[in-house]
Amino acid sequence: MTDAATVPEDRHDPYATPPRRSRPEGARVRRPIPFGTPQERSAPDLPGIMEHVARGDQDAFAALYDVIAGPVHGIVVKVLRDRAQSEEVTQEVLIEVWRQAPRYRPDKGTVMTWVLTIAHRRAVDRVRSAQAATAREQDTAAREHARPYDEVSEQVEIRLEGEQVRRCVRGLTELQRQAVSLAYYGGLTYREVAETLQTPLPTVKTRLRDGLIRLRDCMGVTA
Amino acid sequence: MSRTRTGTEQLHSLSGAYALNALDRAERDAFERHLEQCPQCAQDVREFAATAARLGAGVALPAPPGMRAAVLGRIDGVRQLPPARRGIATLRRRALPLALAACLTGVLALGGTAVWEHQRARQSAEALQDLTAVLAAPDARTVIRRSASGATATVVASPSRDRAAFLGSGLPTAPEGRTYQLWLADGGTMRPAGLMSGDGASVLTAPIGRATAVGLTLEPTGGSPAPTGPPLLLVPLPH
Repeated sequence: MTDAATVPEDRHDPYATPPRRSRPEGARVRRPIPFGTPQERSAPDLPGIMEHVARGDQDAFAALYDVIAGPVHGIVVKVLRDRAQSEEVTQEVLIEVWRQAPRYRPDKGTVMTWVLTIAHRRAVDRVRSAQAATAREQDTAAREHARPYDEVSEQVEIRLEGEQVRRCVRGLTELQRQAVSLAYYGGLTYREVAETLQTPLPTVKTRLRDGLIRLRDCMGVTA
Repeated sequence: MSRTRTGTEQLHSLSGAYALNALDRAERDAFERHLEQCPQCAQDVREFAATAARLGAGVALPAPPGMRAAVLGRIDGVRQLPPARRGIATLRRRALPLALAACLTGVLALGGTAVWEHQRARQSAEALQDLTAVLAAPDARTVIRRSASGATATVVASPSRDRAAFLGSGLPTAPEGRTYQLWLADGGTMRPAGLMSGDGASVLTAPIGRATAVGLTLEPTGGSPAPTGPPLLLVPLPH
């Protein structure tokens, strides 16, 4: 059982919300989800681990790896789609986390937020540099081609965190949902999002912002 | 791209796109400059980044088998970045501004004579934010000089923010009718950079630009457009 993404599940903390299944059908509870991803809440002491990593402790990094590798790989795959490239980028990101660990600043956000920000930006940079070299049509074709891998990720999303995120995403308007998904999961610039959705630029800008506000409130994020 | 109409209002509305990495490079840079002057935007970005991270964690996938061993094997050969740019010397220089920032929270909260005159005109909270932004900038560098009389002048400069802060201690209170004035020495000229009445800290009111030193003179109350005497202190700007 070395799959990183499944480890946090096994270590579920006693304060985690009860299984959603037990909730009566139709009770669309708008109660904020406690802050921190399940990984972060169940991990014994992520900020503490991070301090050790920042001082060059490789064992501490192994512990950190077990918590972050799954989320990092997930978002990289989601943005890049291509399996070989995703593995390469995931590995780059994880090594980057090690390299930059001494510069992590707890006041700027949680460890998981910091790590996933690095991962997402790296994946997006890869997409954009690839786009600079490849025609848009070819790129789209490549994405279609990589579709089966995406189905794998859909299957894995049955995890609790995925359910919570999906519930909040369902609370968005259609335009908010599409804009946020194309930008975050698709790695598009908001200009590209506007083109794709054939929607005026200012509208897309606003929908990204108010979409995030709605998600933030639904998820109970306080940073 | 020829969009120069990106006013403050428009930059503010980009916080969502920024947190989702949905800005092109030029806009990202413009927004990051705006962030430094917009605490509300910074708060939005922190929360949006945390929200985006939840979207990311929501699609977690098991990392490929073998990656753990590969990554753990590779980090041994990867040197970690120092907390700041250049090694232990920088570490000391970094630790100092942060410690000073912590102390100054108290100083400025008292709102007494230690607060620079030009800061009195503004909300002291805002002044503190400006000061902290410079002191805590990732590229903040510090130079300390002592005068013959025993006063200590500390200059903290952040090239990325194009701002410097001046911290004085042991300065005698300016005599009646006189005020200390800060200057940025720019080649042969001295640009006015704010007034102070004695010990305390302030962000210089002018951007660093190509200045090479910070000077301090004693001027008639209200300050002068150019120094009326030789500087009491001239502290080279760190680089």
